[in-house]
Amino acid sequence: MTAVLAAASGLFTQSFVTALIAGGVLASIPLMFTAVGEAISERSGVLNIGLEGMMLVGAYTGFLGAYEAHSMWVGFLTGALGGGVAAALMVVLSVRMGLDQIVIGIAITLAGEGITSVLQQAQFGGAYPRLPAYPQVAIPGLDSIPILGKSLFDQPLVVYFGLGLVAAVAWMFSRTRWGLELRAAGEKPEALDAAGVSVLNTRSYATLATGALAGVGGAYLSVIAAGTFTPFMTQGQGYMAIVIAMLARGRPVWVAVASFVFGISLSLSTALQLTGINISADVINMLPFAAIMLALVIFARSAYLPPALAVPYVRGAR
Amino acid sequence: MADGALGAGMSPTDPGAPAVELVGISKQFPGVLANDDVHLAVRRGEVHCLLGENGAGKSTLISILSGMQRPDSGTILIDGEPARIRSPRDALKMGIGTVYQHSTLIPALSVLENLMLGESRRIVLDRGRARARMAEIAKMLGVEVDPDARTGDLALGRQQQVEIISALWKGSRVLVLDEPTSMLTPQGVEELEKVLVQLKQQGTAIIFITHKLHEALAVSDRITILRRGRAIGELSSEEIRSSTPEQNRATIVRLMFGDATDIGDAPELQTRIEDVEDLGARRLTIAAGDEEEPILELKSVSAPGDGLEPGIVDVSMKVRAGQILGVAGIDGNGQRALAETIAGQRRARTGSVELFGTPVNRLGVSARQKLGLRYVTDDRLGEGIVRNLSVSINLLLKRIGEQPFWRRGRIDARKVNAAALELVAEYDIRTPGIATRAGTLSGGNIQKLLLARELSLGPKVVVFNKPTYGLDLRTTENVREVIRRLTAEGAGAVLISTDLDELLELAGEIVVLSRGRLVGTVQNGRDAAERIGALMIGDGDSPGAVA
Ligand SMILES: Nc1ncnc2c1ncn2[C@@H]1O[C@H](COP(=O)(O)OP(=O)(O)OP(=O)(O)O)[C@@H](O)[C@H]1O
Ligand SMILES: [Mg+2]
Repeated sequence: MTAVLAAASGLFTQSFVTALIAGGVLASIPLMFTAVGEAISERSGVLNIGLEGMMLVGAYTGFLGAYEAHSMWVGFLTGALGGGVAAALMVVLSVRMGLDQIVIGIAITLAGEGITSVLQQAQFGGAYPRLPAYPQVAIPGLDSIPILGKSLFDQPLVVYFGLGLVAAVAWMFSRTRWGLELRAAGEKPEALDAAGVSVLNTRSYATLATGALAGVGGAYLSVIAAGTFTPFMTQGQGYMAIVIAMLARGRPVWVAVASFVFGISLSLSTALQLTGINISADVINMLPFAAIMLALVIFARSAYLPPALAVPYVRGAR
Repeated sequence: MADGALGAGMSPTDPGAPAVELVGISKQFPGVLANDDVHLAVRRGEVHCLLGENGAGKSTLISILSGMQRPDSGTILIDGEPARIRSPRDALKMGIGTVYQHSTLIPALSVLENLMLGESRRIVLDRGRARARMAEIAKMLGVEVDPDARTGDLALGRQQQVEIISALWKGSRVLVLDEPTSMLTPQGVEELEKVLVQLKQQGTAIIFITHKLHEALAVSDRITILRRGRAIGELSSEEIRSSTPEQNRATIVRLMFGDATDIGDAPELQTRIEDVEDLGARRLTIAAGDEEEPILELKSVSAPGDGLEPGIVDVSMKVRAGQILGVAGIDGNGQRALAETIAGQRRARTGSVELFGTPVNRLGVSARQKLGLRYVTDDRLGEGIVRNLSVSINLLLKRIGEQPFWRRGRIDARKVNAAALELVAEYDIRTPGIATRAGTLSGGNIQKLLLARELSLGPKVVVFNKPTYGLDLRTTENVREVIRRLTAEGAGAVLISTDLDELLELAGEIVVLSRGRLVGTVQNGRDAAERIGALMIGDGDSPGAVA
């Protein structure tokens, strides 16, 4: 008992905390991209359960792009494309044809898992080629703050990109006509329609944007975090992103905060395994999900879901 | 509106052509032919009124014009030229602005955001410009609305004003108003009538739907009557002007409902305040049995409101068997809080609600129902019916799990259907069948369904919240008859209504609700109307008073 405590107190050295926060930021980025995407489609009334599948497709196509073109930026681009194509399926089947969003979402996840595994196997025959590590970008001045400096301000460029995206989406929601239309589509689609804006188009664009962002989130996992693609590598992060978007009530800034909290718990489980503490790996791996459960128990009551979420829109039906 | 006037001047084809012409419009819904070869022409600078009983197809017709429904056949001419209206967007582009019967405001958004919806000029919202525009239109309408209020927090009457602003906002060459007055105060209606006159002068063509004959006669230049989907009669402006209001009324009623024999007591339908006064006096004598124990009593009850809707404060009232207690007041002064507190949907904060002498504060909705209390809600679509369930299930919703309709946890479809058929016949609910989804019924028929359900279980005290808004003349009369019969049989009723005529016709004693407080009690009789009116606007700055 005392041994464990001693080990625990020894754990929280300065370098450990720096590593933990840095790891938390890294782990939160894919969640953030994906959850911001989910916030967009949820606000428009589309519950995107297929997020996990879209992330995986993005991880795969992103890896391929980065691998073939030797550029992480190409990787993000192809990741976004891959996620977008998977989302196009959702657009056609759920938004346009009005099929059940949950059923289609689960189908997309299952298909994404299967197809990427098979393709990876066919292409690399059991090998897992690695990408080079990409450079970090330190922000001069800020990166010399003790503890936080190294962990927050010395990161791959895409991390800063993600934070910019959060701000941009928040601005889009509150200040632009697109944001207003998105919210209207989720709150009361018939009102949006009556105002002369196509509900189906609005929801289609929102869903495509979600797919592309989930694709970028997936590409981040393969291109930056792991440096390679392995089947099922998202490990439920798509579902976590759904929970994050709901808890954040679709508000981008809160999405970023929640993503960071879950990112920390993800990185904690990695860190704990590395320190060799004598706890079963299965228990440690459950940590992020325990965090989700806890967050749901505490905050779920106040989670706000748009009234028209997951309800297909048919003009003139009543 | 500027381009409306412009269009009037430079119409390329035929300057004499109507602004809008609907030709041979037909629309079939499952089991109902909602529009059957309808023809309707609306000229510039004219108010064209559409009348017809509930379910006649009025809303369907204007939904076709506004692009919300596609007709099975027929064409739409705008300024004499065939127009393709395939979506609300197309209609708006042609300058057709619509106030729909069911609100198209988004409760969670602010008033300003609701108005800006659909603006496609720029990607970044221009709130400053929108604010100025709103101020301009609101001034013309003579209304005052806070642009930053959350729309859902406004009283229904106020929301209706926002909808009218919104329709004018979209630049209206043609303005379609589907029952825009059902929630407005009498002053609000007057203001609207003035605006209509103003718009007419600017050359706007206006289609106006209402169930109130006197409104129709006051504003319209032409009246078309729909019956069971067919346009069966038209009164031109000359005909309207050359006849007395009584003659017009008689003609319209005959056209709307068929032969006079069909409605039996046609004069009943035309009851106005003048006629009502003796009726009120008669009612007084009935209510005079003052010694009797009240069956419903509120003792200094206060209850919270929601949002900006006020709650109730220190309300005391008594209802005796056989009595109808009227509650007058401008909409949004605590009516809903009062009704829900009695029904048990809302907890009283202080004071006590007593049924048959026993406090029921701690009892929930179903326990109070068991004691014989019923509540006929004004939120028909929201909490009244389950839209996606059949008419028959909706009719027996409150008896789920009860004998003889349910046995050992299973529904007995035969018994349910038999009971439903009986109620449909008794309350004259117009529906293709009892298996029809309740959400597809017309507004008036949904109300009949609610009444049938609530009143079929031997009620002892019933709270009616605006029981006849949106109902046609005959249905209104039927509902009032139901209320009278109910009390004649010994039940008590609380009648909350924003329609003063209705209260004067039915209630013996009328209390006035203002900002959640009872500000006075008036015995029905001579000059009751004036006294109630004075109490209602007693403090002129109450919410909703600025019409
Ligand atoms: N979307 C729909 N699906 C199925 N049936 C419908 C639909 N809309 C209308 N109906 C049916 O068409 C008929 C006409 O309805 P409509 O709403 O046009 O009547 P209305 O004249 O506006 O009546 P009210 O005065 O009660 O508003 C009704 O029988 C109604 O049940
Ligand atoms: Mg209607």
